[in-house]
Amino acid sequence: MAGLLLSRLLQAALVMIAVTAVAFAMFRFVGDPVRAMAREDSTPQERAELAQALGLDQPVPVQYARFVGRVARGDFGISYRNQRPVTTLIAERLPATLELVFAATLLALGLGIPLGVMCAIRPDGAAARLVQSISLIGISTPTFVTGIALILFFAVTLRWLPSFGRGDIVDLGFWTTGYLTGSGLRSLVLPSITLALYQLTLIMRLVRSEMIDALSSDYIRFARARGLPKSRIHYVLALRNALMPVITVTGLQIGSLVAFAIVTETVFQWPGMGLLFIQAVSFVDIPVMAAYLMFVGALFVVLNTAVDLVYAIVDPRLRKAKG
Amino acid sequence: MSAALSIENLRVEYPDGAGGVFVAVDGVSLDVAKGEIHALVGESGAGKTTVGNAAMGLIDKPGRIAGGTIRIGGIAVDPATGEAPGVVRGRDIGAVFQDPMTSLNPLFTIEAQIGETLRHHLGLDARAARERALELLRSVGIPEPERRLSAYPHQLSGGQRQRVVIACALSCAPKLVIADEPTTALDVSIQAQILKLLRDLADRTGIGLLLVTHNMGVVAEIADRVTIMHRGKAVESGTVRDVLAAPQHPYSRALLGAVPRLDRKLARFEVPGEGGGDTAQAARTKIAAQARDEGQVKVSEKLLEVRDLVVEYRARGWLPGMKGTAFRAVDGVSFDVAPGEIFGLVGESGCGKTTVAGAIAGLLKPDAGEILYRGAPVAAKGGASRRAIQMIFQDPYSSLNARLRIGTMLAEPILFYRLAATQAEATEDAAMLLNAVGLPPEAAQRFPHAFSGGQRQRISIARALAARPRLIVCDEPTSSLDVSVQAQILNLLKDLRDANGLTLLFISHDLAVVRQMCDRVAVMRGGKIVELRAADALFETPEHAYTRELLNLVPRPERHGRNGG
Repeated sequence: MAGLLLSRLLQAALVMIAVTAVAFAMFRFVGDPVRAMAREDSTPQERAELAQALGLDQPVPVQYARFVGRVARGDFGISYRNQRPVTTLIAERLPATLELVFAATLLALGLGIPLGVMCAIRPDGAAARLVQSISLIGISTPTFVTGIALILFFAVTLRWLPSFGRGDIVDLGFWTTGYLTGSGLRSLVLPSITLALYQLTLIMRLVRSEMIDALSSDYIRFARARGLPKSRIHYVLALRNALMPVITVTGLQIGSLVAFAIVTETVFQWPGMGLLFIQAVSFVDIPVMAAYLMFVGALFVVLNTAVDLVYAIVDPRLRKAKG
Repeated sequence: MSAALSIENLRVEYPDGAGGVFVAVDGVSLDVAKGEIHALVGESGAGKTTVGNAAMGLIDKPGRIAGGTIRIGGIAVDPATGEAPGVVRGRDIGAVFQDPMTSLNPLFTIEAQIGETLRHHLGLDARAARERALELLRSVGIPEPERRLSAYPHQLSGGQRQRVVIACALSCAPKLVIADEPTTALDVSIQAQILKLLRDLADRTGIGLLLVTHNMGVVAEIADRVTIMHRGKAVESGTVRDVLAAPQHPYSRALLGAVPRLDRKLARFEVPGEGGGDTAQAARTKIAAQARDEGQVKVSEKLLEVRDLVVEYRARGWLPGMKGTAFRAVDGVSFDVAPGEIFGLVGESGCGKTTVAGAIAGLLKPDAGEILYRGAPVAAKGGASRRAIQMIFQDPYSSLNARLRIGTMLAEPILFYRLAATQAEATEDAAMLLNAVGLPPEAAQRFPHAFSGGQRQRISIARALAARPRLIVCDEPTSSLDVSVQAQILNLLKDLRDANGLTLLFISHDLAVVRQMCDRVAVMRGGKIVELRAADALFETPEHAYTRELLNLVPRPERHGRNGG
C-alpha cells in the first residue's frame, strides 16, 4: 500500500510539473503582459522598467523556476482585470462551485444507483422501461437546454424556485455556504438537477449493466442456492461487485463537474469558478486562466489518486498480499 | 424412511422463442437415498444440470417445471415456485458448483460468506457463527482454519476454495447436497482429495448426494448409483458396478467406449459413425502431398530441440523501469522431439507446461536456454520456424475471432505465407482444409458462433494446418470438450499425423488422453521435468514417485465399484 501510494504521488508530481509548464507557457505566448498592464501612453523606458519589475528580462528557465516557486507558495499573481490576487478570487468562488458539485454528485449517486439496480433486477418491468427511455433523454440533451427548460417551467411559469444566483449565503469566515438558508437551498435545486442529470443517467446505465453481469455470476447463483434473502443478494453481494467501475467513473466525473460546471454556472448566473473562468477568458485575464488550469489539473490528479486508493480498499485482490 | 431426494417423471421446458418449447428434461426419474451418492452423467446439453437446478428450485424464468414431481425428504416441491413447504434452500439442501474460482464472492472474506448463511438460517450471532465456521473449515480439512477465516477467496488455492464451498453447503447440516461438476476445474490430486471428502461425508453424516458430472472416472470412484442422460432423457440407471461393467443402452456403451483408458493403449477411439468418409481422406492425402513438396525431414534429424529453457514471470516494480520479484515458471527444461512423433507434456496446473508451449510457439521470450527448430533458433524473425510451428489452443470459444468468416480465417495464413498465388487458390485450399478436418466446405461462409465446441476445435486444427506446419503445439486441445467429441478430435489428430507425417507436441493434464495419444511423455512438476520416457514404459512402470502418485490419483472407469461398495 505504501509502495502504491508513493508511486502514485511521484506520477502526480510529474503530471503537475507538466501542467505548470503549460500554464507558464500561456503567460509567454498569449498576449503581452507588459502591454496589458502598462498605461497606453507609457514610454518605452517605463515599459522596460515594468518588464524588469515583473522579472520578464530574465532567461526563460529562471522565469519558469520563479513561477513554480510562487505557485508552490500559493501565489498565482494579480488578476489583470480587477487587480486583486488570483488566490483570493478563487477562494471566494470555490465554495459556490464545490457546494453545487457536491449537491449534484449526491443527487446522481443517490438516484442513479438505486435506479440502476432496479433496472437490472426487473429488466422487463414497466418502471425499468420508463426509466430507460427517460435516461436516453437525459444523456442526449445538452446541459444548457435542460437548464433553460427547467428555468422556464419552475422559475418563470410556476414561480416556485429562483432562476439565478445563490440566494442568501452565510459567511463562516473561511467558507461561504448556501446550505444553511432556505433561499440558498432553494437556489441550489435547479442548477444541481441540471448539472446532475447527465451523471445520473451515466451512473444508472453503468450500474445496470454491471449489475446484470454480477447477477449472472456463479457466486450469485451460489448465494441463491444457499437460500439467502433476495435483498441481501441484490444490495450487498451483487451491488458491491457492480460498484467497482462506478467508483472510477464517479471519481473522474466529479472532476469534470467542477471543471465544466461552466455551462450550468453561466445559465444560472451561479457565482462560482466557472463563471470566473468565462469572465477571465473574455478579458484575456491570463493569471486567472492559468490558475484555473492548474487548479483543474491538480483536481484531476487528486481524484485519480483517490480513486486508485479507494479501489484497493474495496477490492481485496488489489491489496498486496501480506505473506 | 423417505429418500433424501426423489424425482419422478420430471419434465422441464424452455420456450424456444418461436412459440414452441424446448424440452430440456424429459421424463427423468431417480432416487437418492440417505448416505448415498447418486451420479447423474451425460454430455453437455444432456439436461443433467437442469435436473440439479430443478431440485434446488433454481430453474430460471422463462424455464418451468412442466410435469412430474420432486420430493425432498418426502415433501413435494411446488412446481410453480420451486419451493417445498418447510424445506429451506441452503439449510436443508446444500449446493456445490463446478468452478470454485468463481463461486465465491471475491469481495467478501471466507468468514463473511460462511457466516451469513449460518446467521440467516440458524439465527446465530456473530460469535457463534464464527465458532461454527471454524468447526466446518476443520471438518473439510482446511489447514490453519483460524487464519483462513479472515482470508479473501483469491488468497486460497482452487482446492481450498472448493473445500470452503463444500463447508458452505454443509453449514446448516442439510439432508441433501447437490454437487454440479464439483471437481471438473481441479487438478487430479485435488480432485482425489475432494472426492474422498464427499464420500466420507455421505458415509459419516448420511447426507444424500446428487453428483452431476461428465467424468466416468469420478462416477466409478465414489458413486453408488448412476443415471446416464442423453438429450433430456434418462437412458440407463442402476448401480455403478452393473452399469459400468455391462452397459445395456447403445448410448451408454458409446459413451463408455469414448472414455480414454489409462490401463492400455488403443489404436483408435471407438466412435460410431465416424471417419469423415472419402472426401476427408482425399483432402488429407492432398495435404500430405503438399507437405512432401516442401522436402522431407530425415527421421534421424531432431525436429525440435529445447535446451535448458528458463522462463520467468516478473511482477512489475512500483516505479517504471524497476524489476519486481521473479517467478520461475520453467526452470531448466530440456527435451527433443523427433519428426513424426507425438510428444506429450503432462503435469498439474502451474507446473509450467503451457509456458513451455508459449515459448516454443514464440509467444513468450525465454530468459535463458534455447529452442532450436531443425538446428536454428525459433525466435529469429522471419525464420522458417515461424510458419513451421503452429498452435492449437485449449478453448475453442475464445481462440477463434468471432467477427471473421471461417474461410477468411483459413485463407489468412495461406496468403500471409504466400502459399497460394491468388485469392481463388487460397479459397480452394481453405475448402480442402475443411474437408480434411471433416467439415463441409460450406462452413467457410459462416461465422464461428454457428459451430459447436467440437466443430470449432476442428476449425482451429484446420487453421493450424493452413500454414503447412511441421510441428503443431496442442495446448490442452480437448479439455473443454465432451468425451465423445474429444474422441473424434483425438482420432483426427492421429489421422493427420499418420497421413502427413506431422509432429505434435501434445500438452495435457489428462493422463489417460496422453496415454492414448503420445509416443514419448515428459512429466513436469514445479517448472522441471521429473520423468521423460516412452509412453508405454512410463505408464506401466513409472519410476519417479510423483508420476506414480499422479497415476494413482486418476479416477478410472475400469476400476468401478468403490472399495467395499
